[in-house]
Amino acid sequence: MSILINKDTKVITQGITGSTGMFHTQQALEYGTKMVAGVTPGKGGTEVLGLPVFNTVLDAKKSTGATASVIYVPPAYAADAIMEAVDAELDLVVCITEGIPVLDMVKVKDYMKGKKTRLVGPNCPGVITPGECKIGIMPGYIHIPGHVGIVSRSGTLTYEAVHQLSQRGIGQSTAVGIGGDPVNGTNFIDVLKAFNEDPDTYAVIMIGEIGGTAEEEAAEWIKANMKKPVVGFIGGQTAPPGKRMGHAGAIIAGGKGTAKEKVAKLQESGVKVAPTPSEIGSTLVELLEEKGMLEQCITKK
Amino acid sequence: MNIHEYQGKELLRKYGVSVPRGKVAFTVEEAAKVAKELGTEVVVVKAQIHAGGRGKAGGVKIAKSSNEVRQYAKELLGKVLVTHQTGPQGKEVKRLLIEEGSKIKKEYYIGLVVDRATDRVVMMASEEGGTEIEEVAEKTPEKIFKEVIDPTTGLLPFQARKLAFAINIPGHLNNKAVKFMLGLYQAFVDSDASVAEINPLVVTEDDNVIALDAKFNFDSNALYRHPEIKELRDLDEEDQKEIEASRYDLNYIALDGNIGCMVNGAGLAMSTMDIIKYYGGDPANFLDVGGGATTEKVKEAFKIILSDPKVEGIFVNIFGGIMKCDIIANGIVTAAKEIELDRPLVVRLEGTNVDLGKKILNESGLNIIAADSMADGAKKIVELVK
Repeated sequence: MSILINKDTKVITQGITGSTGMFHTQQALEYGTKMVAGVTPGKGGTEVLGLPVFNTVLDAKKSTGATASVIYVPPAYAADAIMEAVDAELDLVVCITEGIPVLDMVKVKDYMKGKKTRLVGPNCPGVITPGECKIGIMPGYIHIPGHVGIVSRSGTLTYEAVHQLSQRGIGQSTAVGIGGDPVNGTNFIDVLKAFNEDPDTYAVIMIGEIGGTAEEEAAEWIKANMKKPVVGFIGGQTAPPGKRMGHAGAIIAGGKGTAKEKVAKLQESGVKVAPTPSEIGSTLVELLEEKGMLEQCITKK
Repeated sequence: MNIHEYQGKELLRKYGVSVPRGKVAFTVEEAAKVAKELGTEVVVVKAQIHAGGRGKAGGVKIAKSSNEVRQYAKELLGKVLVTHQTGPQGKEVKRLLIEEGSKIKKEYYIGLVVDRATDRVVMMASEEGGTEIEEVAEKTPEKIFKEVIDPTTGLLPFQARKLAFAINIPGHLNNKAVKFMLGLYQAFVDSDASVAEINPLVVTEDDNVIALDAKFNFDSNALYRHPEIKELRDLDEEDQKEIEASRYDLNYIALDGNIGCMVNGAGLAMSTMDIIKYYGGDPANFLDVGGGATTEKVKEAFKIILSDPKVEGIFVNIFGGIMKCDIIANGIVTAAKEIELDRPLVVRLEGTNVDLGKKILNESGLNIIAADSMADGAKKIVELVK
């Protein structure tokens, strides 16, 4: 089991004929993801990497039975691409694109109200269920299948955490990058809920960063609902206020959104917070040992 | 991207939002000329820098004669203003806004932000004009009123009315306040702003509702569709190294420490700063080389880090996903050879093509200290710059 995606998920790539879209579709195919088609307006009827290309998402869905899409469309057109996938009633849309204007995302979020699609991202590495399905730009080989769920606002920090786990033989159920933008589709709580309900996820790592209050809200949710052990990490403890630290959403504004505040909230909620990114793996190991769960989480000797 | 007050006011004027008459001046002569054109009894001479707290720092002067205008303009141009937002080094004043004086009856606050909790634009209003909104939020949060705006309808007149009444703008001026707020909202969305603050908004003795100050910040991801806003960028207000970095599409932020950092990914870059601090060091910068970096880009990143005289050592921390370790390694070697690297360099590589990357570094003949992990690398560089 896993969350969001598994070995049966049929995926299309929006923007498949672009260099990024093509490169990562190839990587996903090699990983074993059930890639079934691509979409590039005006290139319908052609073929890329052995996959049929369609003009619209709806055409691609009708012909292939796809339920998920991944978007590598340039920022100026990405919001439109998301809404097209939502209109086609896909279950899951993962938007990798970085740099979408925030007011475009405000419109997208409004458009999505009452519709069935879940959006992950934008500005994220994607979602992976190791050994089954990889949707996004993460290096597949660092993952191993297992029982630790990961949810994160940062791409490379997620790789860092995954790598630390895999080196200790601790596999992952699903890793979800929710992205570094201020307005995004899926938040921490959405993913935590799914992990909580997934019988195959035994523990969770949550990686946050400065800006906004999503971590604080997640901490409250964890305190009230989470049945599984959670390890946390917050990036940006030394970030100066008022500066956007690479991610559009990573900014301390009006004294709000500091790492200190987030760490304190998580600790109050029973989350074990790693002091440095190098210790995310070892902090989880400690916690699992405390709970007598380490053995069952080691999936590769 | 930030702009100056006078540019913000010009933008507002286009949307029918009342602002005092006035113009920018770069010299004492220009200041005197603008004051003469205005022809008012009282003229305000305002320093234009991208930072708040100018009034308290002596950057706003009231002139009652053309001599005084000249005197104040002379005094302010070239002066380094230190406010609570500029940092201790302050900012040099190179532009002035010369505008007519206003007879203020009462000050208010109006602001617009993209609210992350509701995923919508929110208008905030308060009766506590002139005070920073953060301070009001801290001490008297009940005095801040908010309206969440539906993106399909935009700010509705009733919402603006509610706000105007809530903050006690006199009833007979409600219409003017509503017109003000609707114009401000339109300016905000039309230009893809991310923050707009009018502090203070004032009601004058002759019954006008005007913006006495205007602070705008724009979404840099949307500048491609606003060439007219992009033109307002003032490079004097930005760090030279940050400007250079933006030219190569690198995310660089200058800090005060002595350990230069080059990292891929914003989250990892932030955490690299954190871990340096954790082991007792001080980062000199934040630098994210991004996911699609080329050898050229890495080389430029390196040059920018080294152009900071404070930097005594460099820590490169790369987790290669899309970014391959051999590309980073090649960039480092090329740059280090070209600039004759004279400071210690610790490199931690992990991820795609890591062995190839390490091989390139080892065979380069350069004095590069390899690290096995982020913690190992941080400890090593901290030790080396001590």
